[in-house]
Amino acid sequence: MPARTSWIPYALIAPSVVFLGALFLVPLVQTIWLSFSAGEGFSLENYQRMAGDLNFALAIKNTFMLTLVVVPLQVVLALGMATMVTKLDKGRDLVLWVLTIPLGISDLAAGLAWLALLQNTGYLNSALYALGLIQGPTGWLSQETPVALFFAIVLAELWRATAIVLVILIAGLQLIPKEFAEAAEIFGAKPWTRFTRITLPLLKPSLQSALILRTVLAFEVFAVVYALGGRNFPVLAGEAYVWQNDNQNYGVAAAYAVLIMAISLAATALYLRVLRTRPEQLP
Amino acid sequence: MTTSAAELKTTSTNRSMALPSARRLLLWTGLAVLIAWVLVPIYLVALGAFGGRLGVFRWPKSIWPSDLSFAAMSQFLAIEGVFNALVNSLIAAGLTVVFSIALGAPAGYALARYTFRGQNAYRLLVLLTRAFPLAILALPLTVSFIRLGLYDTPFGVSLIHTVLALPFAALVTQSLFMGIPREYEEAAWVFGCTRFQAFMKVVLPLALPGLAATAIFAFVISWNEVFAASILTVRERTLTAYLLRILAESPLHYRFAGGFILIIPSVLFIFAVRRYLFAVWGIASK
Repeated sequence: MPARTSWIPYALIAPSVVFLGALFLVPLVQTIWLSFSAGEGFSLENYQRMAGDLNFALAIKNTFMLTLVVVPLQVVLALGMATMVTKLDKGRDLVLWVLTIPLGISDLAAGLAWLALLQNTGYLNSALYALGLIQGPTGWLSQETPVALFFAIVLAELWRATAIVLVILIAGLQLIPKEFAEAAEIFGAKPWTRFTRITLPLLKPSLQSALILRTVLAFEVFAVVYALGGRNFPVLAGEAYVWQNDNQNYGVAAAYAVLIMAISLAATALYLRVLRTRPEQLP
Repeated sequence: MTTSAAELKTTSTNRSMALPSARRLLLWTGLAVLIAWVLVPIYLVALGAFGGRLGVFRWPKSIWPSDLSFAAMSQFLAIEGVFNALVNSLIAAGLTVVFSIALGAPAGYALARYTFRGQNAYRLLVLLTRAFPLAILALPLTVSFIRLGLYDTPFGVSLIHTVLALPFAALVTQSLFMGIPREYEEAAWVFGCTRFQAFMKVVLPLALPGLAATAIFAFVISWNEVFAASILTVRERTLTAYLLRILAESPLHYRFAGGFILIIPSVLFIFAVRRYLFAVWGIASK
């Protein structure tokens, strides 16, 4: 690396800095400013309207419930998948390709795919009917069946977004030297002990980034929910969309956006703290 | 049980892979379940997409395909606005690819080849984007986009999609360029190439496959994005925005057709970049 600093690197990063400044930092500040301005000057009116809305408490509850159920399940499922895949010798690439397909699928498409399964005259009901469990087409995705709707959304989210956790974890597993597990095996450590005492601690950085990524995305969940349940299941990002597009009230939409950002940042900070790795713990 | 030579070789190189056959059966059963779990919903939405109006209401349904036809799909594509939305999606995704590579790759090169003041600040800016729900930033942009004439254009949508793809592109190209020894470039300088020529003639050809993978990821990010695209368009909707808008009023088989069209490119793209998937995410998630 050249010791003297030339102008070249600055010229190379400048376009992206300007771009991110204009389309990331400016809108960020704008959102916060917009959320605090109603009429004239600084006011909390938008936040009061947001909190006073009928759907607000429900949207908070639903979004948190979804995140708290989906994200941990995804990590467990992805860990299981990763362990199975690493045991493979033949057909590993093919299996991995299939398991990572959902990575490229949009949340809207995922919602629609599960709608095909779960709609009134769908495949789940056909199977239940064949087993004699239901009499005819039954609705699972309406306001009358909130629990079933919740599980439908959980299923679709698990289906769509476990792949990204899997990919991050496998990338992390590849960095762990095989010798560690082999040494432990020689000293008589059982597979479960090896997993909890060696793999998991060394996988912490990957777990951390997977959790941050997934949690931030889980708090802005929107299209899956809309595809399956329409507005029967209010979530935070969905409310922001409705206030912006249907009610044309940009202030309240911005208040929702600030709330989502605050929650995401808090979650990120929490993960960075709880799952921090000291440099000497790395292999 | 027959054991092929290749299998023998791998089992002898790695003891942990020599599983007893009962556990091997268990492993493959588990994997078969997982593979079915991924593929069955895609198969069923395809049945819905090609089954037409009658297929949707058939009761009880069979999981085997019956009277599928392209008529259902071509009917969907003939609906006013669908084809236009498809084109808009392609334009937005194409522009996102161009912008994120054009802005991200130089930054990646700078991070890989130079140490400079402000390097860490830049890295922080890039990483900061990850802690934010980026698509939501489209909300305040509506007003400024209307003023600038960017509202309701695929170009405007591609700008916000580039914010999503750019940090990713910068980090991935950084490691890509780090993997190409700088001695190659220096040798080219010795032979009288300018920095730019050396980059074009030596580095770029080596980086091309990785750049292609980065481009594909940028494309998929844009193609799949729903929230920002829906906020920033009214008439010139992208396919995701169009489908979201018509969700409430369109018949089920049209929704499945739309879902199926959304899924197809993703499946192909993931196949195309499967080799880079883990390298890319290993880097991008640091």
